[in-house]
Amino acid sequence: MINLEPPAKLDALTYQANMAALHILRPISRKYDSAEHAYPVELDALAELVNQANAQQAGLNTNDDPEPASAEPSGDGNINGRNLASLIGLVEMCWGDVGLMLTMPRQGLGQAAIRAVATPEQMSRFGGKWAAMAITEPEAGSDSAAIRTTAVLDGDDYVLNGEKIFVTSGDRAELIVVWATLDRAAGRGAIKSFVVERDNAGLRLDRLEHKLGIRASDTANFVLENCRVPKENLLGSPEITTAREGFAGVMQTFDNTRPMVAGMAVGVARAALERTRELLEQAGAEIDYVRPPALQSAAVAEFIRLEADWEASRLLALKAAWMSDNHVPNTVAASIAKAKAGRVATDITLRCVALCGTVGFGEDELLEKWARDAKILDIFEGTQQIQQLVIARQLLGKPSSELR
Amino acid sequence: MSTEADLAEPARQPTAEPGTTFDVTPDDEQKMLIDAVRDFALRACRPAALSADDACSTPAALLATAAELGLTAIGIPEAHGGVLEHRATVTGVLIAEALAEGDMGIALACLAPGGVATALGLWGDAEQQAGYLPAFAGDSPPAAAIALAEPRVLFDPSALATTARRTGAGDFVLDGVKALVPRGAEAELLLVAASVEGTPSLFLVETRSAGTGLSVESDPAMGVRAAATARITFDSLKLPAGALVGDSDPQVYAETVALGRLAWCALAVGTGQAVLDYVAAYVNQRTAFGEPISNRQSVAFMVADIAIELEALRLVSYRAAGLAETGRDFIREAALARALAAQHAMQIGSDGVQLLGGHGYTKEHPVERWYRDLRAAGMLEGALIL
Repeated sequence: MINLEPPAKLDALTYQANMAALHILRPISRKYDSAEHAYPVELDALAELVNQANAQQAGLNTNDDPEPASAEPSGDGNINGRNLASLIGLVEMCWGDVGLMLTMPRQGLGQAAIRAVATPEQMSRFGGKWAAMAITEPEAGSDSAAIRTTAVLDGDDYVLNGEKIFVTSGDRAELIVVWATLDRAAGRGAIKSFVVERDNAGLRLDRLEHKLGIRASDTANFVLENCRVPKENLLGSPEITTAREGFAGVMQTFDNTRPMVAGMAVGVARAALERTRELLEQAGAEIDYVRPPALQSAAVAEFIRLEADWEASRLLALKAAWMSDNHVPNTVAASIAKAKAGRVATDITLRCVALCGTVGFGEDELLEKWARDAKILDIFEGTQQIQQLVIARQLLGKPSSELR
Repeated sequence: MSTEADLAEPARQPTAEPGTTFDVTPDDEQKMLIDAVRDFALRACRPAALSADDACSTPAALLATAAELGLTAIGIPEAHGGVLEHRATVTGVLIAEALAEGDMGIALACLAPGGVATALGLWGDAEQQAGYLPAFAGDSPPAAAIALAEPRVLFDPSALATTARRTGAGDFVLDGVKALVPRGAEAELLLVAASVEGTPSLFLVETRSAGTGLSVESDPAMGVRAAATARITFDSLKLPAGALVGDSDPQVYAETVALGRLAWCALAVGTGQAVLDYVAAYVNQRTAFGEPISNRQSVAFMVADIAIELEALRLVSYRAAGLAETGRDFIREAALARALAAQHAMQIGSDGVQLLGGHGYTKEHPVERWYRDLRAAGMLEGALIL
């Protein structure tokens, strides 16, 4: 039956995540925005709490609990499981601070990639560790099939060579999941992911980026120089597939992660909307949902419009995550959620700054920070335009060779 | 129906039980109903839409089929011949969506009587219910509609120019003008929004016995023309005390407005889906510069954006409806759905024409009609509720 309210069983998780966001993240939000690259030590205790909570129930990006208890289907077979719970937790945490959430120890997206294809043996070595994803290269951004980093089998090791940029938590993580090609002439089917220990001598940190936003989260650039990893660190099958299937498998990770990024956008946008409402009301504006917006002040009319877009992105994200939980193919739904949430979070946070004028633009409030933080959410895990490509190709039945 | 007529208490559909898990799947009963309605919409309504739009009239056969499908009865309590045991606003949204995939104007014509029945089910007293609902539950429900919007710029449904003045005897005298009432000329029963000493209220008006106190003129508009919209003028029309529905309760009126907004959103979702399906096929087939125009990102991304905003409006509408049918506050959510419709549904209509270029501007394709119809969504008030 159609019911778009999150289940009551996630109320406790929502409350806990919100409390953590309010009492742990918010108070240090400005501090680590200013002190870029400083490690937020306050997160260690929080990460420990989160992992303990995860051990008991589905929680934030549960790392070492493949089938949480809440994944049990209800009477009609409907599942509200890990993906929905993770999303709801992420919304709350990113309502607190997106940058700090991204650098929560052991909560990196790399674990999603590991979990998706790891063997039990690999899970025993890598499960629960802080894992970052290294996909993007200086000459391969949205076109991730064009990556140049190579992996050559030499004895019992793969030897990796190349350059990786924009690795979220790359400096702080314990593991880096590196995308590399076994044969640059073989196309997508030769692209594999390899787990590289952060302390591997062949993995050299080149620099940390200075960024517009999410400054609490480190963004690392690496050079891989004859970086040797045991061949058992290759995730998935070592076979080079001639078709696009192998790469498609890698891309499937996005079906799970894109709704999560949409959730991040929903969280930061809600922070901006809530604060803007408070400030508008303090300034004498009243938001009335019965009177037509056109008959209210321009500020109120704009606020209602922004809130409508926010509500839409929230429900799209929930739906996409719910589809993951229920093993319903959700590539389009995930991209729709990501596209809508990414663009409206940017729009909402920027317009909230403007609605609050100099107060919104100044550093006494976090509104300007949220507007800077939000922009990345329309870029990473696939830009707005990549989501549009994914959606359009599916709807129109177009291969990437025709709709480029 | 005599036993119901004796009841002092009105019959009410109980609110639906809230679901315990997040779920976007219609239940089996809804799926069957939607399949039947969509089949009717695409096979019967779509082919009739061009001429119905032109004639400003929906063929009687289509109205009859809609009645046979039971579309006007979903808000009628079982005691008065209704078939659903609880409020079913989500089902109402699904029906309106499916029907508007065929044609928005025809959908409005088909569903408007059900709006009056739903209002009586929700707020009518025992006498009003017994007097009217059995007819709405029957095979040939009367033409009926909600007359709320007024022909004024900056119209505010909370500040009505139409007034109902209380007389010494407890009766009312109705004065004012209502715009764009679906099937207004043939409507036997109207639910009219009028201000009683500044409080917006709802009144039943039987048009057949109204005499000179009521006059109707055709009020054709940019879109939803198949709904035969009419302007209705009330000139010192006397109404009995029993014509008042919902006792001038502000909550009743607020829900009337919100359920009306929701209805327009549901219609917009259906028509938006029609646009998406039509343009997706068209841009794949149409070639320019030696290849399908869908190979171009500027074209393909426009189609993607239609899909994004359509799904957005759909989910927000479903959520508002889910809150309504379970008896929870949904005023804000309906307003948000309306805000989306006002902006994005209109854009879908515009993009639908744009993607067909000059061809879209002609009546050779339905996109020009959808352009006109989608301008109604997020703008019009009242006319029907779900």
